[in-house]
Amino acid sequence: MRARSHARGGGLALYLVPGALAFLAVIVLPFAMNVWYSFTDWQGVGSPHWTGLANYRRLWSDDQFWESFRHSLAMVLAMAVIPTALGLVVAAALFDFVARNFGSRIASLLRACFYLPQVLPITVAGIVWSWVLAPEGGALNALLKAVGLGSLRQDWLGDPKVALYSVMAVMVWVQLGFPVVIFMSGLQRIDPALHEAAELDGASWWQRFWHLTLPQLRPEIYVVMLWCTIAALKVFGAVYVLTKGGPADATDVPSYFSFATFFEKTQVGYGSAIATVMAVIILALALVGLRFQTRAEDAQ
Amino acid sequence: MTTAKRLPALTVIVLGAVVMVLPLLIVLNNAVKSPGDYSAHGPLALPHKIYLSGIKSFWTRVDFGRMLLNSTVISGSVAVIGVALSLLNAYAIGIGRIKGRTWVLGFFVLANILPQESLVYPLYYVAKQLGLYDTRWSLIIVFSVIQAAFGTYLLSSVLGSFPREIIEAARIDGANSWQVLWRIVVPVSRPTLGVLMVFFFIWTWNEFLLPLVMLPSNDNQTVAVALGVLQGQRLMDATMTNAAGLLGSLPAIAFFLIFQRTLTRGIAVGAVK
Repeated sequence: MRARSHARGGGLALYLVPGALAFLAVIVLPFAMNVWYSFTDWQGVGSPHWTGLANYRRLWSDDQFWESFRHSLAMVLAMAVIPTALGLVVAAALFDFVARNFGSRIASLLRACFYLPQVLPITVAGIVWSWVLAPEGGALNALLKAVGLGSLRQDWLGDPKVALYSVMAVMVWVQLGFPVVIFMSGLQRIDPALHEAAELDGASWWQRFWHLTLPQLRPEIYVVMLWCTIAALKVFGAVYVLTKGGPADATDVPSYFSFATFFEKTQVGYGSAIATVMAVIILALALVGLRFQTRAEDAQ
Repeated sequence: MTTAKRLPALTVIVLGAVVMVLPLLIVLNNAVKSPGDYSAHGPLALPHKIYLSGIKSFWTRVDFGRMLLNSTVISGSVAVIGVALSLLNAYAIGIGRIKGRTWVLGFFVLANILPQESLVYPLYYVAKQLGLYDTRWSLIIVFSVIQAAFGTYLLSSVLGSFPREIIEAARIDGANSWQVLWRIVVPVSRPTLGVLMVFFFIWTWNEFLLPLVMLPSNDNQTVAVALGVLQGQRLMDATMTNAAGLLGSLPAIAFFLIFQRTLTRGIAVGAVK
């Protein structure tokens, strides 16, 4: 009797009950409430007033919203595309150049340096960088002056023309370690004999990188791009600490836009609409991405 | 590759690594420098004398010991409760092989991916109604569940390949499902559970949005939130800013050194699974 129920996998479903209840209370229900708020006009006190699609219509014609989404695309560039490309080169260089010629200890020490920013709380990274980039007494401007490039000094985070690029540069710094670590572990499953054979045939380091390393790391590249893109669409803490979306909304992103709408303007209905659109975009991207991933895995 | 070509290539990659750590080295340099020394010689000069009063006054002004305690209590509780929840879910999904487990797993993955912005206002509102607002419990509960979404996903695929003969043998010997979980599954999967705990601890330590919203009073704030709020107020002078950067980095660097092997191994497992 017991053996039979076990064979059907029954009996253990009960263990899902605490988890299911907790998820219902902490994720499903709040998400549903958020969607509901997005159809209302509500200041957070009293009862929400149903307005149908009004918030979404307002969103559609809100320049600040579209602007914040353009900045999201800049974040995708800074947190997914650039770190993946740089990470591939760094990982391959550490793995089959530094480790082979100078020993694996030096390679793992260097890897740790690249990974370090990933373990810092984002607010700490933000404090460090907002001081480094400060116009007066900041380290970067002092450094530029010291090497005779004083004319390049900027108000890195305060000038609307450069602020977005400064934030992007900080995000590359924050994110780079993740692809480096993933790609280095991926390289370990590649048969070294392939590289040796190619080297004997006279292939240069770049040729081997392009024709051997890249194709073999395809699953890792895919995963890294997907996760980093999702992280880029969600970026909040860095913007909060570095610029608060300013100057003049030059670095505003959807997450900060919704936060400010919720808690500074207390327009809960409109904030919920922004958050709902964000969630839909991210979930759609994740669904498509995971779908392709499982299909690729099945094909292999 | 010839030696003549090797050295320049090595130099480039070492330079890259230096750029990655340089900001933290400059922060260390300026955290131990007196304000007078800083304004006289700028941020790049080495300190003339090691000056620790900046760090001490930052510590007492923000009650940093209290922030460390709050972060430790919240992250530690989330690590334990989150892993326990993940284990129960994964036991049902990975070993119990319940019906529709692919869908259930997909649901957990999406729950983990969901932007917290789309949960934050309802969580804030409900926490206020329940009297949990501005308590550490509100965050422990919420993050245990959010982290467990990832934990369930990872642990289910690990337990999916658990050697079934061991479980069958225990069942034949009369062990009930709870005994199988506690005496067999937990001891065998201890390494994975350890990796998950480390992840949950560090992730929760670094969380910002929800702690920022849920913990307005200084007494309950975590390290990440206290530093973020201070920075936002723009009240700190250079020495204090650097002291904040240094003290905020130290716990993270300590975790990193202690857990480095577990972490880098675990990241690779988590990403490619």
